[in-house]
Amino acid sequence: MPTILWILLVRGVPDALQITFFGLAMGFGIGLILALMRVYGTEEMGWVAEAYEKVLRGIPVLVLIYIFTFGASSIFWFVDPIQRPIVGAYVALGIRSGAYQSQIFRGAILSVSEGQVIAARALGMTGFQTQIYIVLPQAFRIALPGWSNEYAVVIKDSSFASDVGVFEILKVVQNVTANHPELWLPSMGIVTLIYFVFTYPVTRYFGKKQKGAVGEFGREVIWA
Amino acid sequence: MSDAVLRVENIWKSFGELEVLKGISFDVAESEVKVIFGPSGSGKSTLLRCINYLDPPDKGDVYLRGVRLGDPDTDINKVRARIGMVFQHFNLFTHLKAIDNVAIGPQKVLGLSKEEARERAMDALRHVKMEKWAEHYPAQLSGGQQQRVGIARALAMSPDVILFDEPTSALDPELIGEVLQVMLDLAQEGTTMIVVTHEMGFAKSVADEMIFIDKGVIVERGTPHHFFTSPESERAQQFLHKLEELYGQSEEKRNTLVDRDA
Repeated sequence: MPTILWILLVRGVPDALQITFFGLAMGFGIGLILALMRVYGTEEMGWVAEAYEKVLRGIPVLVLIYIFTFGASSIFWFVDPIQRPIVGAYVALGIRSGAYQSQIFRGAILSVSEGQVIAARALGMTGFQTQIYIVLPQAFRIALPGWSNEYAVVIKDSSFASDVGVFEILKVVQNVTANHPELWLPSMGIVTLIYFVFTYPVTRYFGKKQKGAVGEFGREVIWA
Repeated sequence: MSDAVLRVENIWKSFGELEVLKGISFDVAESEVKVIFGPSGSGKSTLLRCINYLDPPDKGDVYLRGVRLGDPDTDINKVRARIGMVFQHFNLFTHLKAIDNVAIGPQKVLGLSKEEARERAMDALRHVKMEKWAEHYPAQLSGGQQQRVGIARALAMSPDVILFDEPTSALDPELIGEVLQVMLDLAQEGTTMIVVTHEMGFAKSVADEMIFIDKGVIVERGTPHHFFTSPESERAQQFLHKLEELYGQSEEKRNTLVDRDA
């Protein structure tokens, strides 16, 4: 038992976290650009962004992972073949997460009042400065709970990468239990625990942080 | 034109089929206080937003010290930095403390160092008697306090002219006074101001000229004395009469409230 736990943590967790990290980071970039396109872009840009969201949200994540590993390994010609499955996995999770993060950021950007944007422009700020100093700092804070939720989704979906041979947590379990079927139940128990440990504290922490942030600069007048 | 801080020349603006402004022109001289009033929907707020090109006019020109805002060679952001604006709903940046709300313009737009910008912001907050609240977030301030920070934010840019868009309309009656006092002080110090307001007491005491706008055109203009003794147009007469009725009523209400409290 302790040995299995040790193997799982050391061998499986780094790959799972790597997929999660790059998937979320890539999704963050895509999501932010899509959200800005939908809120501030031309009508055509809005269509493109919306179409991207609709399509990517309609494809099962496992299909995406297959596409970017088995289907598109030639795209990643510059990547060491041994690394290709994991790169394919985080690209798949990243472009899908972008479709969801776009929605999170769009809602957050829209919830920053129009009046503040007008006030910033009236001060002489450029559109870019208005985003950097006024809109996005607020939008990111507003997006935190939704974003921590997305983190939980991505880290859990990283387990699909086991299917293309990435040695993340679930794949390690599969390998161990292939030789020791009697360890299947305890292994699965440990896997469940690991995912719980990596998701619950984060969603809880950011949930709390959001409450704190609202208390600090929320819209209701406390002092009147 | 040379002595005018701001020149508004034949401004037209429509939103789709709706013509909001139909040929508005006036000059604002150095240290002048111009009060603009009229029924809601008459285009007053749109006019202010046309003046700093937040809503570029369809036709006509605005000049700030001779510089034409609509000129393709004009950097509109640089011009806006010299036109202050104070909003009905304050529009403070909710994630920034009062001091940072005021300092961010001088720092990011005028390019001052952080220390210089904060110093200037502190001066502006002192000007509106809000220095004690510098470290508070907007949500921790009353409406009147927020609006004073809003005025400080405009002041800190040392603008050539400040536009006030119904600065007291969203305030509870007991908070209007502190904001009007700040505006009166500014007017007496020689700040060039364009004020859209229905506060006729303010207009009476500091306006150099009042402009009555209805349905997108200037119906009548003149000194406060002219408007409060012998307005010529029927529409201005009616409107002023209504304001008086309303104002008198609310004054009465305020008094009965005070009586009840006592």
